[in-house]
Amino acid sequence: MTATLQFQAGPAPAVGTARRGRTSTVASLMRRPSFVVAAGFLVFLVVVAALAPLIAPHDPSAQVLEDRLKGPSWSHLLGTDDLGRDVLSRLVYAARLALLAPLISVSVAILLGVPAGLWAGLRRGWVDAVTGRLSDTLLSLPGLAFALAVVAVLGPGLFNAMVAMGIVFAPSLYRVVRGATLAVAEESYIESARAIGCSTRRIIWVHVLPNIAAPFLVQVTILMGVALLAEASLSFLGLGVQPPDSSWGSMLEVAYQNQYDAPLAVLPAGTALVLTVLSFNTVGDAIRDTVARRRDS
Amino acid sequence: MNGSVVLRRIGGGVLVLWLVSLLTFALIQLLPGDAAQAIAGENATQADVDRIRHELGFDLPVIEQYFRWFSNVVTGDFGTSLYSGRPVTELIFEAAPATLSLTVMAIVIAVLVGVTAGIAAAIRQGGWLDRTITSLATFGIAMPSFWVLMLLLLPFAVLNRWLPATGYAPMSDGLWPWLSHILLPATALGLASAAELARHARGCAADVLARPYIRTARARGATGAWLIRRHVLRNAAIPVITVLGLHVGRLLGGSIVIESVAGISGLGTLAIQAILQRDYTTIQGYVLFSAIIVVLVNLVVDLLYGWINPKVRA
Amino acid sequence: MTQATDPVLSVRGLTIDLVGPTRQRGLVEDVTFDVPQGRSVALIGESGCGKTLTAMSILRLLPPELRVTAGEIRFAGTDMVSASGRTLRGIRGGPVGMVFQDPMSSLNPTMTVGDQIAEARRLHLGESRGQARAKARELLDRVGIANAARRVDVYPFEMSGGMQQRVMIAAAIACEPRLVIADEPTTALDVTIQAEILELLRSLQEQMGLAVLLVTHDLGVVADFCDDVVVMYAGHVVERAPVEPLFARPRHPYTLALLDSVPQAGRARTMLDVIPGRVPPAGAFPTGCRFQPRCRFAVEQVCAAPQPEFEPEPGHRCRCVRVGTHELSLEKVS
Repeated sequence: MTATLQFQAGPAPAVGTARRGRTSTVASLMRRPSFVVAAGFLVFLVVVAALAPLIAPHDPSAQVLEDRLKGPSWSHLLGTDDLGRDVLSRLVYAARLALLAPLISVSVAILLGVPAGLWAGLRRGWVDAVTGRLSDTLLSLPGLAFALAVVAVLGPGLFNAMVAMGIVFAPSLYRVVRGATLAVAEESYIESARAIGCSTRRIIWVHVLPNIAAPFLVQVTILMGVALLAEASLSFLGLGVQPPDSSWGSMLEVAYQNQYDAPLAVLPAGTALVLTVLSFNTVGDAIRDTVARRRDS
Repeated sequence: MNGSVVLRRIGGGVLVLWLVSLLTFALIQLLPGDAAQAIAGENATQADVDRIRHELGFDLPVIEQYFRWFSNVVTGDFGTSLYSGRPVTELIFEAAPATLSLTVMAIVIAVLVGVTAGIAAAIRQGGWLDRTITSLATFGIAMPSFWVLMLLLLPFAVLNRWLPATGYAPMSDGLWPWLSHILLPATALGLASAAELARHARGCAADVLARPYIRTARARGATGAWLIRRHVLRNAAIPVITVLGLHVGRLLGGSIVIESVAGISGLGTLAIQAILQRDYTTIQGYVLFSAIIVVLVNLVVDLLYGWINPKVRA
Repeated sequence: MTQATDPVLSVRGLTIDLVGPTRQRGLVEDVTFDVPQGRSVALIGESGCGKTLTAMSILRLLPPELRVTAGEIRFAGTDMVSASGRTLRGIRGGPVGMVFQDPMSSLNPTMTVGDQIAEARRLHLGESRGQARAKARELLDRVGIANAARRVDVYPFEMSGGMQQRVMIAAAIACEPRLVIADEPTTALDVTIQAEILELLRSLQEQMGLAVLLVTHDLGVVADFCDDVVVMYAGHVVERAPVEPLFARPRHPYTLALLDSVPQAGRARTMLDVIPGRVPPAGAFPTGCRFQPRCRFAVEQVCAAPQPEFEPEPGHRCRCVRVGTHELSLEKVS
């Protein structure tokens, strides 16, 4: 449309200005209210998890059977569960797992997906073809189903379940890294770097990684959210976290068992889950939008 | 779509399925310790363990085991359940209709709600409808589907008894019984996908609406429903369809938990029981079956895409 | 057919502003011209002079940020600026057809060519799909596409640029319009195809008695095809005249410079006569005559004042005070 005629566009910044631009990316991120709130919530969560013993009003495993399934009250702000344990304290302690579990999955995914993606993007060739097929295969398995299978073999447990999810996530991270690396590899400054004799390792560290950082981070935040939901699902089914530990997912299972007696008991853990996943997603969205805007400006 | 492209897609699917079969087979090999022992359990005698080992072919070299297993699978024999002794295929086909009802309903709901909402938001970009839909979608993506089901059950099944809270009724029992049992679970399952589809559809529709050919259509007097149906829908549907395949895999996974909450005896319930009972052959069968479904759906989606997008058709 | 003496399209004092976070006034300012029935009028100027904005505003196809803030656009007596949505829809594609610049992106890639041509007939004449497609076949034939019967079911990407543009034209004339607006219809095409398309437009115009508003930046197109010329610069109409008087004796310094800057075959190879300076950006229009900074005849006090339109010769109008008061009289360097 002719409307674009009226706006004088400035020259697009070269893609290789990642390093110089990194601090101002953070600055533009901080100017977005959604990012600030979401990142703030995540920081808050980390603090809560770290300081759980100091923050929780009660011992999370203290059972007071006379006080079963009570609603919110001054001594139990979120009520009690079916064994009389304080829900708020359990929620606070479970925050630790809410952060650790996704971290396990995502770490596995990074270990598997990133080197493969880098290689496939830079070297192409048969490695690209093979890993591509492998990733397609893994992507065609319903993630949870595969995790179930791995849990079946290795036995239930949070670690096993999360490692299984990490394997399931690796292909998507591989795809993102591969795509971003391909895009960068086609930039001419890579050719120039090679022409002056840069080793592949240097090329990766100095040129490729800073430029794929943004899509990588976006995907990581998405995966953190998905991993948390997966952990909740698996723990809900009894295949993730095992007693006496509990996560928000297993708390939901308890609440579900007692639905008819305490209908609103499903709210605390569920809300915590939603808020955390939402925060992860919002941070990812903010990074994606900020980088895209800078590239277009 | 010409034949060679179709063949290539089918070939790709077959290849993936083969790799999946390798993976699934490898799972049992990964059992820590002696597989036969683990399967037989603690109270088995040595004779039992040996019998099991021979039955399941663990005493054969690995390659031979694989061939035996693979040839069985290809002829439709997924082995027998280690727990009940019934053929795995029988168990699967018993459990499949419930899961498929659930998943198909969920997809239908996801597409109807999600795509409609996304297009509506794109038409009035920046307006209150757009902002509401986008916010709802952002929340929807973050919600675990089983929690949504619990929330839905509250007003519909727990506090009031309008709909049954648990259970499944096959279509043969009548349309309303089937619908009343499947509606809430399918809605809960489909909502997260609907949210993602809404976001995606909004982006695609907004992109289409900014294209020059929309301006041309307007210059011909096309507007409103006509414009959407004839110009926007087809062009926006193309990218949305490509994501649909991804969603099916996720829905199958999500259905496992939904089945548990809603008390539906489907494939998910089967899988969980199999895990708890260490019924490895059933687990293998389940994983393989799920993969087949996902590959088939992806194939159909690919073909659908080719049919809708005339550029690929030529 | 009785020719009404009133022009089919009459634009008076049209002003378009950019409203939005950044406000820019007068992207198009006080534009006045007519398109009489049966004649083709060229709207010519450099990129950014507002000719496309003007053309788009006739059918109200401007994006929401660009608004008509003053002036009148009358098509066959109807005021287009204040017309209801319903009236507008009835006119778009019916009595007024429009041809756009880049046919590849201006045609729906997932709709057959036949359906796109038929669309206007279905919308305006209520024809069924079959009826309209039959007419589409006829139209394809009329615009010179061979194998019309087969081509009706073809998709745009299966055609060349020239053929796509013929399709656009077929769609524009589908309902026997009175006016066709063509926004740079040949710019995206090869030179040889350009001539064919223009020839097609000309013959259609004669056959159907069409009024044509042709937006272009190409003087050659104007010379070959149009009856009247409206010259625009930086949002203003600077000169209006029939084509021969304009070329023979341009009145406005800008028109003169424009004509001079076209390289002529057969002339001695000297430096090109370029117009020094640049078109002012939208936010920074000079007051009064917008060509002032680049005009070698500019006199500050006179040219900084608002310039009304003068008529040095009947039918030949020029927006320049110095020319209008006969202070300035231009001779073309041949």
